[in-house]
Amino acid sequence: MDAIAVISIFVLAVFVGFEVVSKVSSTLHTPLMSGANAIHGVILVGAIIVADHSKTNLELGLSLAAIVLATINMVGGFVVTDRMLEMFKGKKGGSK
Amino acid sequence: MSQTLYDLIGLAAGVCFILALKGLSHPKSARRGNLIGALGATIATLVVFLYVTPSGESTESHSLPLHNLGWILGAIAVGLIIGVPAARKVQMTQMPQLVALFNGVGGGAAALVAIVEYLNLGSTATTAEVIFTVFTVVVGCVSFSGSIITFMKLQELMTTRPVIFPGGRFVIAATLAAVLGSSVWVVSALGTTPLVVLAALSLAFGILFVLPVGGADVPIVISLLNAFTGLTVAASGYVLNSTLLIIAGTLVGASGTILTRLMAEAMGRSLFGTLFGAFTAKPQAATGVAEERPVRSGSPDDVAILLNYARRVVIVPGFGLAVAQAQHTVRELADLMLSKGIDVAYGIHPVAGRMPGHMNVLLAEANVPYDQLAEMEEVNPTFGQTDVAIVIGANDVVNPAAQTTPGCPIYGMPILEVSHAANVIFLKRSMRPGFAGIENELLYDPKTMLLFGDAKASLTKVVSALKAL
Repeated sequence: MDAIAVISIFVLAVFVGFEVVSKVSSTLHTPLMSGANAIHGVILVGAIIVADHSKTNLELGLSLAAIVLATINMVGGFVVTDRMLEMFKGKKGGSK
Repeated sequence: MSQTLYDLIGLAAGVCFILALKGLSHPKSARRGNLIGALGATIATLVVFLYVTPSGESTESHSLPLHNLGWILGAIAVGLIIGVPAARKVQMTQMPQLVALFNGVGGGAAALVAIVEYLNLGSTATTAEVIFTVFTVVVGCVSFSGSIITFMKLQELMTTRPVIFPGGRFVIAATLAAVLGSSVWVVSALGTTPLVVLAALSLAFGILFVLPVGGADVPIVISLLNAFTGLTVAASGYVLNSTLLIIAGTLVGASGTILTRLMAEAMGRSLFGTLFGAFTAKPQAATGVAEERPVRSGSPDDVAILLNYARRVVIVPGFGLAVAQAQHTVRELADLMLSKGIDVAYGIHPVAGRMPGHMNVLLAEANVPYDQLAEMEEVNPTFGQTDVAIVIGANDVVNPAAQTTPGCPIYGMPILEVSHAANVIFLKRSMRPGFAGIENELLYDPKTMLLFGDAKASLTKVVSALKAL
């Protein structure tokens, strides 16, 4: 991939990442961490790509392990974050 | 599917992730934000089945379906079978260690992806690709083994105290040097053996890096390792030519770094001090000198009488409340006091529980009205007018040592100043110190009364005693 394009994407994404979470109350720290955690589960995409590329049994075995781990990270992460936030919603609804 | 379309859909998924993080930063939009993130991840995962990414330098790609499709789907199913029930069934009290574990497996997955692509590319890999591979393997492995250690600390499978052994800092420095050395080895020699050595050393470094971290700082480390995993995902995105992985990984890396700093600030900890504590801390003499100092312990009836004549009561919930599943009982007690015309508020420390915001989640689960929850800055000035502060299963967050004893592990952490209240009641299981492992002077204060026992059982007795008055 073109090095300049990669660097540009990287730098811009850094700034977006900084901006987006710069003002967040401590109440939301845990769900936010958990949600961000789930997002990096998209490494699943990478794991599927390398499983497709695999030529030997060793490569396939390792990439399948990566798929299992990445799926746990992604799906588990989103589900547990939703459970946390569901409770906040119930509370808000009750008080208003 | 053409590469252009594939990349555009990847971009859409990236936008979903930005919106997700944005949404998660505000209470109202948080849940929707998370769902948008899940949508982005789902789109990204589905579309990868419809386009074959060329391998390495070759631009020709084979036709659909993907090689090893059956295996891939099977592995995803296994991941779902493990991940979904774990996330659904986990007790909210154990949620921090689950997040740590999820983060660790993500780091492990990124490291494995980099290793496979490295094996696959063999000698055709460019130097830049090898360098990014090395980065992914090192940081992914550190994140994996470090997260496992944080998991064990939170699950109390091992001591929550900082593990510091003589010469530890030299061992850590030597391991780091070895990691850097073998990184150079991988880049120059290109082979399987150097990479395996590198992975093993990185795993060891991750363990050594987290061991000296004290219990109270564990959430900060989880957040930092989360940011690390994000960066590894970005680096593997470079190797795999995936813009989406670069965007998603960098977003998590950047926002995770900021979040780590915010958390450290909320806890009054310097990030540097937390991370390099291993290099500055000296092996501590056993602090648990069994001194038999008198404490004033009371009965549930004593507590009820004290509460009955109070005008203002502040409840300070801690992790012990959650462990005992006493959220509902404490709400019953608060409702009873309110019906007697007593002013009741919950004083919530930002890091009460095991993670910032953890206690809010737990009390929300028990339907405690939102307007009774007071944040630390709001409630601290009111302790002077408070008749009784009830500390339920909390310790470190009310420990005056944070303000009075320079050099103690929690020094500088903002605390709930319950010592300013006229009376302090501690509900504790034992005299065991809190998660940070420090003695609390407040327990020996003459105005403090201790009620030993399981928080839920104690509270139930207090409720019935108060009803009888």
